[in-house]
Amino acid sequence: MAIFRRKSASAAQQPLSAGRRTANDLKMGETATVCCLKDPQMALKLLEMGCIPGTQVRLTGRAPLGDPLMLMLGDEEYTLSLRVSEALTIQLKD
Amino acid sequence: MAGATQELRQAPPQPGTTGAAPAQERLPRLALIGNPNSGKTSLFNQLTGLNQKVGNFPGVTVDRKTGVAQLGGERRAEVIDLPGTYSLYPKSLDEQVIADLLYNPSSPDYPDFVVVTVDASNLRRSLLLFSQLADLGLPAILALNMTDVAAERGITIDLPTLERELGVPVVPMNARKGVGMAALRIVMAERLAAPPALRFWQPDATVQALVNEVRAHFGLHNDYLALHYAHQFQHLHFLTETDREFLARLTEKFAFDATARQAEETVGRYARINELLLDTVTVTRTERREPASNRIDKVLTHRVFGYLIFLSVLFLLFQAIFAWAQYPMDLIDRGISALSAVIQANFHGPLVRLLTEGVIAGLGGVLIFIPQIALLFAFLAVLEETGYMARVTFLMDKLMRPFGLSGKSVVPLISGLACAVPAIMGARTIESWKDRMLTIFVTPLMSCSARIPVYTVLVALVVPDEAWLGVFNMRGLVLMGLYLLGLSSALISAFILKKVLKARERSYFIMEFPVYRWPRWKNVGLTIVEKVKAFIFQAGKVIIAISVLLWVLASYGPGNRQDQAEAQVKQAAITQRWPGSELERRVASARLETSYAGTFGHVIEPAIRPLGFDWKIGIALLTSFAAREVFVGTMSTIYSVGQDADLGTVQQKLAAEKDLQGQPFFTPVRALSLLVFYVFAMQCMSTLAVTYRETKSWRWPLGQLVYMTGLAYAASLLVWQVFA
Repeated sequence: MAIFRRKSASAAQQPLSAGRRTANDLKMGETATVCCLKDPQMALKLLEMGCIPGTQVRLTGRAPLGDPLMLMLGDEEYTLSLRVSEALTIQLKD
Repeated sequence: MAGATQELRQAPPQPGTTGAAPAQERLPRLALIGNPNSGKTSLFNQLTGLNQKVGNFPGVTVDRKTGVAQLGGERRAEVIDLPGTYSLYPKSLDEQVIADLLYNPSSPDYPDFVVVTVDASNLRRSLLLFSQLADLGLPAILALNMTDVAAERGITIDLPTLERELGVPVVPMNARKGVGMAALRIVMAERLAAPPALRFWQPDATVQALVNEVRAHFGLHNDYLALHYAHQFQHLHFLTETDREFLARLTEKFAFDATARQAEETVGRYARINELLLDTVTVTRTERREPASNRIDKVLTHRVFGYLIFLSVLFLLFQAIFAWAQYPMDLIDRGISALSAVIQANFHGPLVRLLTEGVIAGLGGVLIFIPQIALLFAFLAVLEETGYMARVTFLMDKLMRPFGLSGKSVVPLISGLACAVPAIMGARTIESWKDRMLTIFVTPLMSCSARIPVYTVLVALVVPDEAWLGVFNMRGLVLMGLYLLGLSSALISAFILKKVLKARERSYFIMEFPVYRWPRWKNVGLTIVEKVKAFIFQAGKVIIAISVLLWVLASYGPGNRQDQAEAQVKQAAITQRWPGSELERRVASARLETSYAGTFGHVIEPAIRPLGFDWKIGIALLTSFAAREVFVGTMSTIYSVGQDADLGTVQQKLAAEKDLQGQPFFTPVRALSLLVFYVFAMQCMSTLAVTYRETKSWRWPLGQLVYMTGLAYAASLLVWQVFA
């Protein structure tokens, strides 16, 4: 299972994110701040769901095959579930 | 657009009826709107109880739930429940309904005011939708729901300040428990809803010129509404073609970048909401501990336990649908037979058989599904209410995606093992149009419970009841093989269809993970009532009509051939000295053979002979179309000829059937060919009817019919030609 996960995370991430970490790079339980949303269409959906630049996100879980993942947003104890392809559009502050 | 400028503060006068008495005055109309999981359904159920009606919004398959609510002071109001949404920019067909309703003041459903349900524990996100509604100038009441959850999390909300900042009445409540309902009813009765005086967000000065032009052209009362026309004109159903062309030219002229503007707006709104929350909300958290939901998720989405628990839930579901539902189903079956018997015993005449064997039998065919539908939806409602469904979707998404399906397709597919009819209805939870159509299309390939009688009879006929490798029962293995054949064909078909279908909309998976909660039994009960009603009144009509048609085909024949056949049998009976029961069976069999259905069997025999079927099976294939399990009854009637009266079961009758060489007719290969046919063939008019209802197009049910029947034919042909 672990091999599967590492592979899907790193292989998919390389071409997309130029340098910046994305929500998909978070370690389990790690918290970071959203910097920007890359995909304009996806951004609209993410914004409406409360994933706004400046919000804190915490990776709280992954499905057994590594995808989708669970992100807890801000201080409102509110969890989003999204696919790796969608998490890759969420860039994080360093 | 004459009505667009009307003053919204007052209820629009009702000019309709001439000299109407006050009692006939139209009830004030209010719309319930809110985020998914904000307790909107609970509130709707609290307000209307059993006083609900489910219809359709014009032109779309989205359910339109309305009801009449008793408000304070003997006043009543019509309540319309709008689909859950996060914003006024629609992402799915469901949400499109909201735009069509709220942007068109001349819509028959246009509300006098809206009640916005807001999750108090998620105030920031919930207020986004509210702020949009407020900027539209709609009179609103804010139902501040889930105050209990907010309190648990140490969130304190300064209500008077919030009310002042928002400019609308705010009613704190807990809709699940009914707390705050009385206050809400009073506020609604008093029509305290006022169009919020405040504006939360103003379009940029650069957009203002465009907004002004739209506003002037359509005579709109509000800037924000005009802006939404510019954003959404392509999807608003009430606009004419000329309107759209006008707006298309206009947005091009001003180089209007819809995506960027919308993102800007959302960020702007959140900035305003954050300011507002600073004044009204304080969070005191004693300790930063893992929320209970997250701890439960650690187990329920665990890589091992997650799937194990899911399998156990499935097992329970099947237990319910196969075992528990059997009792009420038997009861309905017996009740229908008894009713027919009573009518046949007490009345005579040409219409009695039509009534008992056509209409009542058809009615029985509808009613028999109710226990399974009710149980399935009870289960699904509980899973949905508790929040577990979102976790199933989460666990299965990655596994389903290679086939063009999503995690949300899992539940309909599994339900399809019980019955495709409720399963297809259950596919509504899938927002993406393409995913939903794929799921609906392939669900009937899952082996439903109606195939079980056919499977068991044929498998028992040709497969020895022996152990294979000393462990596995052969019959059980073959049966499992048939189920796997159904499952794999569903997945492969989805894979193929995925390549064919062009997605019209982008598919998102992003969804909120609701916190775990105990189900509200009232909501579960109302869901069951609603689904059963929808099935009876919408699919049921078609089923009864086709049952009657099939009855006519099986009871009447061309010319007087049936009477001639009966006379011949009676003639033979005298010389052969058949006992009464034997004669009856032979007459029934002869009449069926010479009926239209029998004629049909003979006509299609050349087409089905390459599959190893004769005209008798042809009749069964036709009558199976009413419901697959009818196969057993039909076979039983047809194969009654010339056999010992003691030969009771269908299986014995089939085993006794000889071919022209005097060998058993049902060889293993012939039975396998027939089995494979039943795995694939679309022989269920209920499914076709419900697919039509769910897709609102004959294209999909016809596609299923042609595709599945073609698949069945090809597979049976392969089996018979290769192995026979």
